[in-house]
Amino acid sequence: MIKIRKRFADTGFGVIAVFVFVLSAFPVYWMVSTSFLPNNRIRGENLAFFPTPDVFTLDNYRAAIFSPRAPFAPAVANSIGVTFLTLVIVLVVGFVAALALTRFQFKGRRTFIVLILVVQMIPGEAMIISMFRIIDGWQLLNTIIGLTLVYAAGVLPFTIWTLRGFVNGVPKELEEAAMIDGCSRAGAFWRVTFPLLAPGLVATGVFAFIQAWNEFVTALVIMQRPEAMTLPLWLRTFVQATQATNWGAVMAASVLIAIPAVIFFLIVQGRMTGGLVSGAVKG
Amino acid sequence: MSSTLLDAPAPPRQEIRRKRRPPYLPWLLLSAAMVLLGVLTGFPLVRLVVMSFQEYERAQLMGQPAEWVGFDNYATILTDVDGFWTVLARSFVLMVVLVVVTIVLGMLVALLMMRVGKGLRLLVSVGLLLAWAMPSLAATTVWGWLFDTQYGVVNNLLTKITGDRWFGYSWLLDPLSFFVIVTCIVVWGAVPFVAFTLYAGLTQIPEEVIEAAQLDGASAFQRFRLIQLPYVRSIVTVLVVLSMIWDLKLFTQVFVLQDIGGDRELTSTIGVYIYQMGMAQGHYGLASAIGVIFVFVMLAIAYPYVRRTLREEEL
Repeated sequence: MIKIRKRFADTGFGVIAVFVFVLSAFPVYWMVSTSFLPNNRIRGENLAFFPTPDVFTLDNYRAAIFSPRAPFAPAVANSIGVTFLTLVIVLVVGFVAALALTRFQFKGRRTFIVLILVVQMIPGEAMIISMFRIIDGWQLLNTIIGLTLVYAAGVLPFTIWTLRGFVNGVPKELEEAAMIDGCSRAGAFWRVTFPLLAPGLVATGVFAFIQAWNEFVTALVIMQRPEAMTLPLWLRTFVQATQATNWGAVMAASVLIAIPAVIFFLIVQGRMTGGLVSGAVKG
Repeated sequence: MSSTLLDAPAPPRQEIRRKRRPPYLPWLLLSAAMVLLGVLTGFPLVRLVVMSFQEYERAQLMGQPAEWVGFDNYATILTDVDGFWTVLARSFVLMVVLVVVTIVLGMLVALLMMRVGKGLRLLVSVGLLLAWAMPSLAATTVWGWLFDTQYGVVNNLLTKITGDRWFGYSWLLDPLSFFVIVTCIVVWGAVPFVAFTLYAGLTQIPEEVIEAAQLDGASAFQRFRLIQLPYVRSIVTVLVVLSMIWDLKLFTQVFVLQDIGGDRELTSTIGVYIYQMGMAQGHYGLASAIGVIFVFVMLAIAYPYVRRTLREEEL
């Protein structure tokens, strides 16, 4: 009796699990599927649910990339430029800051750490007005440098906080052992600790990448000229139109933006939940 | 390594060197971060507060000197029942709905992952990861397409299922269904993080505890309420605070759905309202005052989280 009931329950939960999968994956599937379908199978009452070979087309990607409304190539260049620069700045600046906060004891250390934590809680949305005025005042509107500076400052607290955790994870004793063996302090750090930190740097860098790549609000305020657009702003031009939206092209554009973000995200997803759990289960 | 014994004098030399280490070295290492944060977070914050006390309109943008007006901007904002207060109330109601739905669904999915076998768990994880990884802007366009008035798959399926004609039904025009779609987008993107985190927490509960309860005749719901929930309570607290912060800051989803076909007047949340007031209409002073209020609200919400983190890090 109990066995039968358990089997019924198992089947029920199995069905729910499949349902959860479908619900979460369907929008992504629909985006990719639509992006490969010709307009006559997107519009109209007879929808195609997958791009079978006979209807498969790359026209939507052509329409997106060669859109007369918003040029694709400069947007890609801007996005890559801003993302890459942000990444380099926050990794270098964040790394040395994390070192200072973990390997040194000094007055003001605690205050700085509290500050880092609090700054993360200030919503960027609240500051768009003053940020716009300041960047404008420095003549940096519509420039990669202007946007990069804002992004770097925005991502930096998180970077310092995360790297600090990684550096703390490498025991100081390892370095000290190397120093006893005759390494200089810098040498011990460079040869022993740094290699152990590489995964942490990669993970933190990927986070910074995703942040800068996906960011929308600040870019909207700072990069107003068409040639200064980043990819999220470029994508926005497709849905902004007054005439009927070309959904095939929008989905193709969405796929193009999502691919790098999704790939990089999958690399580091394992690290995102770990930190919260390890300390929190103690109760 | 084996030379440790031979180099006996090495440790004292290190001692001496350590003493000579200059005290300004940590500050030197921090200097770049301090400059960056000071100039691009501190300064904008100060500027925001200053502007909130000034009459700052398009004319000031063109170079006219900004006049000090004291608390006038705040008075204007705080007496604007139809504008500011409505937006604030709307943002808070939306936030509460989003947080409750996200946490409840996240918990249910986490429990589901505990219950099903390895294969199904992997299947659920793959789906969740896809939803989680999608950039919010791309996610918004996709959901906008799912609910498209003319050709959206939702209207198409509803027509097939109910037999009524749903083609041409606009989901975004009515504020209520607009926010239903916003809720779909946000919850869809946020449940994975909550579910994975809670699942990770639930797996750390010793199996014997659950088994013992099972032997004592506790029902599944009792086991959840009396054992699992207390175990992950502190994770839930953190998730609630983080979700509150993220959901109150909501911008991209609302802004882009408005682009696709919503009514800006009736659907703006705080962030979007600041943008409209400042960037679109040019009332920079008023928008700054709202920004300052927004910062305070946010810090108040984040306070317990900040305190808890600091305690945990034993600082």
